[in-house]
Amino acid sequence: MTAAAAFFYLFAGVAIASGFMVIAARNPVTSVLFLILAFVNAAGLFVLMGAEFLAMILVVVYVGAVAVLFLFVVMMLDVDFAELRNGFQQYLPVGGLIGVVFLIEIVLVVGSWTIDPGLVQAPLGNVAAGESLTNTVALGRVLYTEYVYFFQLAGLILLVAMIGAIVLTLRDRPGVKRQNIAVQNARTQAMAVETRKVPSRQGVEV
Amino acid sequence: MTTLDVIGAVLLIALKSFVLLALLLVFIAYALLADRKIWAAVQLRRGPNVVGPWGLFQSFADLIKFVIKEPVIPAGANKAIYLLAPLVFATLALASWAVIPLAEGWAIADLNVGITYIFAISSLGVYGVIMGGWASNSKYAFLGALRSAAQMISYEVSLGFVIICVLLCAGSLNLSRIVLAQDTSLGLFGWYWLWLFPMFVVFFISALAETNRPPFDLPEAESELVAGYMVEYSSTPYLLFMLGEYVAIMTMCALGTVLFLGGWLSPIPFAPFTWVPGVIWFALKASFLFFMIAMVKAMVPRYRYDQLMRLGWKVFLPLSLISVVVVAFVLKLTGLAPGA
Repeated sequence: MTAAAAFFYLFAGVAIASGFMVIAARNPVTSVLFLILAFVNAAGLFVLMGAEFLAMILVVVYVGAVAVLFLFVVMMLDVDFAELRNGFQQYLPVGGLIGVVFLIEIVLVVGSWTIDPGLVQAPLGNVAAGESLTNTVALGRVLYTEYVYFFQLAGLILLVAMIGAIVLTLRDRPGVKRQNIAVQNARTQAMAVETRKVPSRQGVEV
Repeated sequence: MTTLDVIGAVLLIALKSFVLLALLLVFIAYALLADRKIWAAVQLRRGPNVVGPWGLFQSFADLIKFVIKEPVIPAGANKAIYLLAPLVFATLALASWAVIPLAEGWAIADLNVGITYIFAISSLGVYGVIMGGWASNSKYAFLGALRSAAQMISYEVSLGFVIICVLLCAGSLNLSRIVLAQDTSLGLFGWYWLWLFPMFVVFFISALAETNRPPFDLPEAESELVAGYMVEYSSTPYLLFMLGEYVAIMTMCALGTVLFLGGWLSPIPFAPFTWVPGVIWFALKASFLFFMIAMVKAMVPRYRYDQLMRLGWKVFLPLSLISVVVVAFVLKLTGLAPGA
């Protein structure tokens, strides 16, 4: 067995085991931590396939950002773990049925999967023969030439989603003191301090 | 490759890693001492001066003290995660060093995606903090962890754009290539700190925030949160958190050296100076960055939390975004873009 195969079985095995633990763990926080482990192992599998850029992006985006938010939310939730377990027996048949349907569908799809031979050649068409590319460069060339409109479209969709989220959650609460840094920085001594002569026994109007 | 070759390669990597780890830890022991000495000097104190000549063995004494103390685990803590958190934090911090080129060809793994690797690993460091804060089952620890997570994610965004600016100029994600791209006849003035000076400043400040250093040490603000996410930790687990923090700081210094200060290159590009081994230049530059970080700790008061967020999202993010566009435009228009 070569080293690559050994690592493949290690990563794949841990990924599947932690995937199972995601649904089997009692505590939701443990579930999320196993989900993160599954992500990291998927990144390991990407590295074995030679797609190191994708692996790193997977870690940065999913593990470094998305899963952190998951973890945040789950930690803040006030969940009664015992109550969550209650309906397990009752829902098992339905859940099991859905699982089996999914499994059959995936087997059918993956089993009949072939990649169009034209598609493999097409995106790399602008690579000179014998030129070796790192997969960052190869990905960049495909993404910013062949698929630039789709790429921009994906960006636009994300932008719309982001603006939507901000619009939904932004509320202008009255009576909140806000710091205006520009105003603070623009203050001069003349604006802030005033010298007055105080006549004896009369005081001053402030 | 035969089995023997594989075993040989593995042993070689293990040996290299061990040497790097040992050097790094000794370097950090003295960086920690230097940090305290600089801090003391700014405040006209002597700093640690009792253990060994000029207090040179202070860090080692601290190490022994931490290791022989009793680790206390709070009764309500989630034991497994509580103990896992400092391990994750320290291990991830050390893992970044696998790709950092200390001199030409002196990286354990000279990855093509070296910079993304460091970025990915450093974005994982936040897990140690969140897990530690949550598993301690204490409100101060949890508040510290929440703050830290928000802070690290916020500053990672602008750090990413700063790195993209450098990548645009260097034309590679490989850390060695980024250094070599700065190797011009201008020496010191050909490095990116001058050409991308605003980005260097943003990088430096974001590095402070990313590593929870003062003035951005809100996760462990002792005046309000006692010690933040590490409040329940003692003994070796605490030591691992401290170690991870300092390793992360040194990583940021090394990264700043590679991206902006020309890595192992000599600042003056002719004879007597180019004979000095690259690793010495690298160490000097990283130490210089660490000195600046230590001075900031001594001189600048702690930021308020909303000010910290404002700086990250409203100042650095637009600034670095605009810089990416400007740098890309300038490179394209002047034809200086690598590979153009």
